[in-house]
Amino acid sequence: MNGEYAIDVHGLSKSFGHKRVVNGLSLRVEKGEIYGFLGPNGSGKTTSIRMLCGLLTPDEGSGTCLGFDVRTQSAEIKKQVGYMTQRFSFYEDLSIRENLDFVARLYAMPNRRQTVQAGMEELGLADRANQLAGTLSGGWKQRLALAACMLHRPRLLLLDEPTAGVDPKARRDFWDEIHRLAGQGISVLVSTHYMDEAARCHRLAYIAYGNLLASGMPEELVARSGLVSFVVKDDSPALADRLRQLPGVQQVVAMGNLYSVSGRDGALIEDGLASLSDLQFERAETGLEQVFIQLMENVQDAAP
Amino acid sequence: MKFPLAWHRLWAIVLKEFVQMRRDRITFAMMVGIPVMQLILFGFAINTDPKRLPTVVFDASQSAYSRSFVASLENSGYYDVLTPPDSVADARQAMAIGEVQFIVSIPPDFSRQLVRGEKPVILLEADASDPSATGNAISALNNLNQSALQHDLKGPLAPLGSAPPPFEIRVQRNYNPEGITQYNIVPGLMGTILTMTMIMMTGMAMTRELERGTLENLLAFPVHPLEVMIGKILPYIMVGYIQVTVILVAAYFLFDVPIAGSLILLLACVLVFLAANLTVGMMFSTIAKSQLQAMQMTFFFFLPSMLLSGFMFPFRGMPHWAQVIGEGLPLTHFLRIVRGIMLKGNGWAETWPNVWPLLVFMTVVMLIGFKRYRKTLD
Repeated sequence: MNGEYAIDVHGLSKSFGHKRVVNGLSLRVEKGEIYGFLGPNGSGKTTSIRMLCGLLTPDEGSGTCLGFDVRTQSAEIKKQVGYMTQRFSFYEDLSIRENLDFVARLYAMPNRRQTVQAGMEELGLADRANQLAGTLSGGWKQRLALAACMLHRPRLLLLDEPTAGVDPKARRDFWDEIHRLAGQGISVLVSTHYMDEAARCHRLAYIAYGNLLASGMPEELVARSGLVSFVVKDDSPALADRLRQLPGVQQVVAMGNLYSVSGRDGALIEDGLASLSDLQFERAETGLEQVFIQLMENVQDAAP
Repeated sequence: MKFPLAWHRLWAIVLKEFVQMRRDRITFAMMVGIPVMQLILFGFAINTDPKRLPTVVFDASQSAYSRSFVASLENSGYYDVLTPPDSVADARQAMAIGEVQFIVSIPPDFSRQLVRGEKPVILLEADASDPSATGNAISALNNLNQSALQHDLKGPLAPLGSAPPPFEIRVQRNYNPEGITQYNIVPGLMGTILTMTMIMMTGMAMTRELERGTLENLLAFPVHPLEVMIGKILPYIMVGYIQVTVILVAAYFLFDVPIAGSLILLLACVLVFLAANLTVGMMFSTIAKSQLQAMQMTFFFFLPSMLLSGFMFPFRGMPHWAQVIGEGLPLTHFLRIVRGIMLKGNGWAETWPNVWPLLVFMTVVMLIGFKRYRKTLD
């Protein structure tokens, strides 16, 4: 079964001091799949990814990454995994070409020059080949990082919040690139805070406080949450509190000149909204954001 | 015009600095602890007036007079008379290695000439490669020929005891006859400059990766820690050799320091010394959490290297415990090697006793550094 999954781990745990950062994480990522890794800040996403690529040794748990044991074969894993760190961690005092050259040499790539050139062209970096990495803007840095972790043709990409602080156009380009790679059979595990990005994943996992709360395909997660949402076309500031006090309403989000209201019991909410005079509202699709906020709130309620 | 400084803003910055200082405990401890430690260490260790210097006496005369002279040498406090080796040649070899500072030769007919008033000559050969180490001992000889035999020359010989002195002490300053300080300092500077720059540069090398966040990436690559360590050391060996070349050229042409021994041997020893220092730098960089800390550690290592190695102050002037510390420092051995080769013309045989300690030092430090190198981020 090692042949079927790019990542197959169960019960991974890691503590720093007394703090348990990851608690019994189990994940299965199929080959060629884009697996979204979501969760609030400090939920253990980075630690999990670091355990998968051998940068951290798990305290408990076991499993395989590309068929190699995450505990004992981290050297093998490193050779076939491309890891993109959350913080830009290439050399700012080296140019794009020099950075990629360095990486290509580390992986002993044959035809290094061509590989580097091709890697740069693939991501549109060729025009800036001699620009120092430190002078690049966020979007370009992230492209360089992607080019670098793709250079050795890894079978699995581990991307830790690759698009944090990157403009929407660059993000979209980045995701097009990821889908293209997945189309070539490369598996991708990507952590993100952006819901539009989550929606572009084949499968999602949501973790909070080190625990895996939910996983599945995006539409599955939405359906499973049982949330029903409405859009209220009104932007008077006083309305928010009144909406929150309606029976059955769990979330009220002000969005520009309308409100999004959601809760489990659709009929109850609909009655409540109707009881407010002169209110224009209609049913809307529930987004992943509402689903995850609900998950978060449930955890907080459950926590002692 | 309005006064541009406002107390509340100034105070805000002062407070913030204090908070940051408190957070960086190691730096703070080093700022407070190191001066105290060094004050005590160096305050007691440094002595510019070295006494009890190892001396070998070849007394061919074996007379009461010559024994009195040797006794007065010892009584001066500057000379520690050791059992002499078999031959003068052996003694010179010991001087080349640096085990013997003075060789005293008393002629066979010393007492006969003395009694006849012929003013015999006692030869004192000094290892003058470090003029400051021998200076006081030699000046203590000044009145020795006058006073040494005061008690022995009695009765009919009493007139010999008064001026002019009954015998002559001829001082021969080996290796540095004119007592030129540069001869000693310039080769020594090579060692200190290399220590300083090599440790600092490599010390920063690894911490820079940590500080700039590139370490996480480096660790994610399939690269062996030894490859990282050696790969980071090699470029600095080249830098070290550039420095050595500059210093040697300056020493030879600018300061007229002779290069008595083999240049190849010298350059080979430089390699060992460079490697020893670079491993120290690497070890520091595996411990330090920031470049600032690596810098502080460098100074922590550099100061004793400079003060306890015999570079600034005579090694033999220090108390025994300080000499033990000094023996543990690579610079101490390197100074002996460089001065030996450049001034004394030492060959491999005389150099080896100071090369192996460097190798031992390097191995130990490398093992520590290798153990501490982070393969993971745990």
